[in-house]
Amino acid sequence: MTDFSEIKETLVNLDQQRLLQLVNDALAEGTPASDILNNGLIAGMDIVGEKMENGDMFIPEVLMAARAMGKGVEILKPLLGDEESATKGNVIIGTVKGDLHDIGKNLVAMMAESAGLTVHNLGVDIAPEEFVRQIKEKNANILCLSALLTTTMPMMKQTIDAVVESGLRDQVKIMVGGAPVTQAFADDIGADAFAPDAGSAAKSAKALVN
Amino acid sequence: MFQVIGERINTSRKKVQAAVVGRDADYIRNDVKKQQEAGADFIDVNAGARIGHEQEDMEWLLDTIGPVATVPLCLDSPDPAILEMAYTMVDRTPMINSISLEKDRFNVMMPFLAGKECKIVSLCMDDAGMPESSDDIFARAEKLVTELEAIGLQQDDIYIDPLVQPISTDSTKGTMVLDAVRRIKKQYPEVHITGGLSNISYGLPERKIINRIFVTLMMDAGMDSAIIDPLDSKIMAAIRTADMLLGKDNFCMGYLKGVRSGLIKS
Repeated sequence: MTDFSEIKETLVNLDQQRLLQLVNDALAEGTPASDILNNGLIAGMDIVGEKMENGDMFIPEVLMAARAMGKGVEILKPLLGDEESATKGNVIIGTVKGDLHDIGKNLVAMMAESAGLTVHNLGVDIAPEEFVRQIKEKNANILCLSALLTTTMPMMKQTIDAVVESGLRDQVKIMVGGAPVTQAFADDIGADAFAPDAGSAAKSAKALVN
Repeated sequence: MFQVIGERINTSRKKVQAAVVGRDADYIRNDVKKQQEAGADFIDVNAGARIGHEQEDMEWLLDTIGPVATVPLCLDSPDPAILEMAYTMVDRTPMINSISLEKDRFNVMMPFLAGKECKIVSLCMDDAGMPESSDDIFARAEKLVTELEAIGLQQDDIYIDPLVQPISTDSTKGTMVLDAVRRIKKQYPEVHITGGLSNISYGLPERKIINRIFVTLMMDAGMDSAIIDPLDSKIMAAIRTADMLLGKDNFCMGYLKGVRSGLIKS
């Protein structure tokens, strides 16, 4: 019986070499790859996200954890069936039109991916109609919008309005974030959730579709 | 000497916004006086946070600050119409914050700047986003200087902001900007280097020590201005001390004056 707490702990301790060893050991013991992924790696990244949210882990550590997890997933991927690797959340994420900031948005994308969601990171300066097109094309159920400027915050509302007009609003949960964004602003423009940091963003995204 | 642009009068700060909404002139004037006493060389004024109220808020702020200002103002807005109004309301040649190479910003700011007497903060940002290398920063700075000189600005009026980025996301972000600043100053010795510094420490704990050490490294590379909170006495002391160590403080007079007035403590 694989001890998932050891895998989780090793990930939180950023020991990549040991983590990969444990993943290989678990496979050798006959533990299904999907269990290792969900109960080990993703569960471990959930702890990392929480620690980040609480100020106990910092961005460089989160990046190292994500890298270690990615290496683990590489081992598991060929062993996962299509159904097992299908995720519950299908996320479209991007920075709104007129805004070129991407650091925070990329962290959210990385944490969401580490949390086991499928993430389509569109990049920066994305027009409302492009978000709409991508939601349709990717059949997404979560839309994450980022804005770092008070001058581009109104574009978040325009993007949400465009999603409403397109008739896709019932299909997607919408989460917003970025330095000047607040819960009150999120409520104001009709978003479903606001995330103050990358750790809580991944958690909220999962909660939105569960 | 290093030029400090005091960043406190910004409506994205809760207390300032409350004072602006309540038209509390005493609060604003008192804050400006404190920044000036702490050594601010410019007072930045940004009224952008209350969407739809920028024009009236900027007008009120400039009216309010005018009588107590002893240093020039740094007019901080993306909107040339608001800058036009603000420009007519100041007594001293202002600094304008800012222009960048993003097309939408550049194309409206160039006609605004043409023929005006002012200093201009120039961001190394273009439509591709944040700069990704030292070469990238340098090339953008070069383009900004060339374009601004072509419409009559002097190098001494140009304040390049190389856009400091978080070292937490990439360990080379410190050297990337330091190298770029050295190159810009070598090519254009009269051009100033300014910008916010606190981005460097984003995502890390104990941010202020990072900001303080970083500003002194940036000063050695050629940064001679920054947009900071002048009431942060520790960063101000680091800046004054670094100015002395870099040979910009004759007979250490600035340092000694700072110590005697209590502004510099070890």
